[in-house]
Amino acid sequence: MASCILKRLSSSKKQLCLLLRLEPTAKNPAATRHLSFTYQPETASAAHGETTRMNFFQSITSALDTVLETDPTSVLFGEDVAFGGVFRCTVGLKDKYGKDRVFNTPLSEQGIVSFGIGIAAAGATAVAEIQFADYIFPAFDQIHNEAAYFRYRSGNQFDCGALTIRTPSGAVGHGALYHSQSPEAYFAHIPGLKVVIPRGPIQAKGLLLSCIRDKNPCIFFEPKILYRSAVEDVPSGDYMIPLSEAEVLVEGSDMTLVGWGTQVHVLRDVALMAQEKLNISCELIDLKTILPWDVDTIAKSVVKTGRLLIAHEAPITGGFAAEIASTIQSECFLNLEAPILRVCGYDIPFPHVFEPFYLPDKWRCFEAVKKLSSY
Amino acid sequence: MSAIRQAQRLISFSFSPRSSGIRIYQCLSKRNFHRINSVTCSENVTSKFDDRPEFPGSKSEFVSKLEFIEPDNIKGIPVYRALGRNGNIIEDSEDPKLDSSTVLKMYKDMTLLNTMDRILYESQRQGRISFYMTNYGEEGTHIGSAAALDPRDLVFGQYREAGVLMWRGFTLDQFMDQCYGNVNDIGKGRQMPVHYGTKKLNFVTISSPLATQMPQAAGAAYALKRAKNGLCVICYFGEGAASEGDAHAAFNFAAVLDCPVIFFCRNNGYAISTPVKDQYRGDGIASRGVGYGMMTVRVDGNDVFAVYNAVKSAREIAVAQNRPVLIEAMTYRIGHHSTSDDSSAYRSVDEVSYWDKQDNPISRLRNYMINNGFWDEKMEKEWKLESRKMVMRSFADAETRKRPSPDEMFEDVYDVLPKHLENQLQEMKNHVKQYKENYPLEHHEKLT
Repeated sequence: MASCILKRLSSSKKQLCLLLRLEPTAKNPAATRHLSFTYQPETASAAHGETTRMNFFQSITSALDTVLETDPTSVLFGEDVAFGGVFRCTVGLKDKYGKDRVFNTPLSEQGIVSFGIGIAAAGATAVAEIQFADYIFPAFDQIHNEAAYFRYRSGNQFDCGALTIRTPSGAVGHGALYHSQSPEAYFAHIPGLKVVIPRGPIQAKGLLLSCIRDKNPCIFFEPKILYRSAVEDVPSGDYMIPLSEAEVLVEGSDMTLVGWGTQVHVLRDVALMAQEKLNISCELIDLKTILPWDVDTIAKSVVKTGRLLIAHEAPITGGFAAEIASTIQSECFLNLEAPILRVCGYDIPFPHVFEPFYLPDKWRCFEAVKKLSSY
Repeated sequence: MSAIRQAQRLISFSFSPRSSGIRIYQCLSKRNFHRINSVTCSENVTSKFDDRPEFPGSKSEFVSKLEFIEPDNIKGIPVYRALGRNGNIIEDSEDPKLDSSTVLKMYKDMTLLNTMDRILYESQRQGRISFYMTNYGEEGTHIGSAAALDPRDLVFGQYREAGVLMWRGFTLDQFMDQCYGNVNDIGKGRQMPVHYGTKKLNFVTISSPLATQMPQAAGAAYALKRAKNGLCVICYFGEGAASEGDAHAAFNFAAVLDCPVIFFCRNNGYAISTPVKDQYRGDGIASRGVGYGMMTVRVDGNDVFAVYNAVKSAREIAVAQNRPVLIEAMTYRIGHHSTSDDSSAYRSVDEVSYWDKQDNPISRLRNYMINNGFWDEKMEKEWKLESRKMVMRSFADAETRKRPSPDEMFEDVYDVLPKHLENQLQEMKNHVKQYKENYPLEHHEKLT
């Protein structure tokens, strides 16, 4: 886990100086982040009260703080969460709530998830962290065969609904094969599970609180590239954003664009470009919950626009866009005026120096918009 | 050195190099390894502090001679036994001194389980239930351990622990209803037979994937510790399951996170056809316990009192000290692995017969009871008849009950039915109504 090591090193001043001295090397294009989107801060609902300026990781901390405060059974655990986490999401929480509530575990993902299942089955609230979504696979058996099926197989006598698994996911500029993955589609195929991905700090806090309080096991993917880059005024208090509800962010009439996580921001840029360069009005939708997903909001939009583009970072084959596309074509067949297009990662492992060519960036999406509009 | 000491102070590293606990551990390990040229313990550990290893990863001393630890030279962990094969208490101090009604319940539950096993095994052979797994030879591990627990202690099992449920009061009807998946099954007919579970009796529902319950048990124990209710968790598993990665996670998490959980391994010599020699190379499962920093003991699993004593003490350790305990119960799987297995394909009939006839937990307890005058041939005969009748009655009743309505198939996937499942439920109902002659509707409660 090279990037965690880098983060730890860079926290020391001495190491920082060393890195500065090495700056010329940092001009290597592969070592700089190729960002193909702009984060637009959002405004929180007035109903959610007072706000504080927070970035994405601080809003996660704020949500976790709220949970620990309001639910005395709740515990947070995972690799390196005690000192604050390799992405700073749990900073200060151990000192505030005690080491029996915020603690490190041995380095074993299958152990972390199953330990969480046990805590939840015994009636307490478990918030487990998997350090990178890329490392969730050792826990796949526990998530799929155990967590998701716990309630069903016992005839609702036992459940682990109080389990939430948080994990950083998505591209980060230089994460290569094992610090970049977006594995949501694997989990979309698991009945009994909820899968949620927020697009920014306000969403992250509200959706995470909903996941933790939901009566079903949830996986919460946190787009790690937004941890520091996304900053906005987040409600300081306790609020929740409902699961399984997509959100129309920009209304439009010619075409529907659907994405989640970071890709929402890429698509927002695409919608602007389409308006400016092609005079095309795009309706932008953040899906937010992958499972169970909000078919109605997407279908309603496509009935109106007649065209649909879905984009995600994960590889295209078996990606979640396939599920959306097939459902929408059967729900909206008479309304569709062009084939549904998917702009996704290629069917290759996530590469290091080729990341700018791999991602479904705004230019690739823009090209798809052109194709869709001229079909 | 001073820098290191200062660092130790900073991170409040409180290990004392001369702690007597460590010395005892060292003496014990030296004795275990039978080192011929080992120096005496008492002098050598008082070596200068500056010469001691400062590595954060271990607490020990330097040696200047290369010497690998040879596992084969370590004497196997002994098997604790309280009751001899003839039914006599071996050491008076180890007599659990259970009253006659408790012993009687132990015996009756073991034999009732045995009777139920015979009838359900046969019923599967006749195609009346789809699958079954017997508990032959391992009844003592179930009953002895269950009797030593608080009934509120949470049980996580593998699948061959039905005796624990029997001890706790799971009824014959409940066993049968689950195996038939009928309308009375509290699991709603969703899982294969013998996947029992009951919230009321604190027995977490069994699932097929092996060892998954082990780290879950550690997590549940952690929650119980925080709830400060004086309860613990027991987790059963076979020696084959102990090879899974989840077993490793469970042992390590439980030890590191101080979880009041008893890991109870049923080492019955086989995982389906795989003998233990193909399963591990070390001294069974118990020898791993110390490696994880767990209190560990090995017991005779065919001795219900030895199992009882071990679990009772383990429970005290777990609850009082908030730490895990590992018990390895040595036993023998007398029956086939399951109804889908013919074990004569990989082991001899003589071998099986030895354990069935010469070293069986049920006959050993019967000898004890006869020796102590609260059981005789007549009672044995009467109980055999009565228990058989009870099982047959339950069996017949369960067979006549219908299966749940197909509607039930969609419930409990989530806490509430999400919209897409509501649609799929409706789709299923419409389809089945239209094609009703093609589906076994007569065996199920009515569709709504």
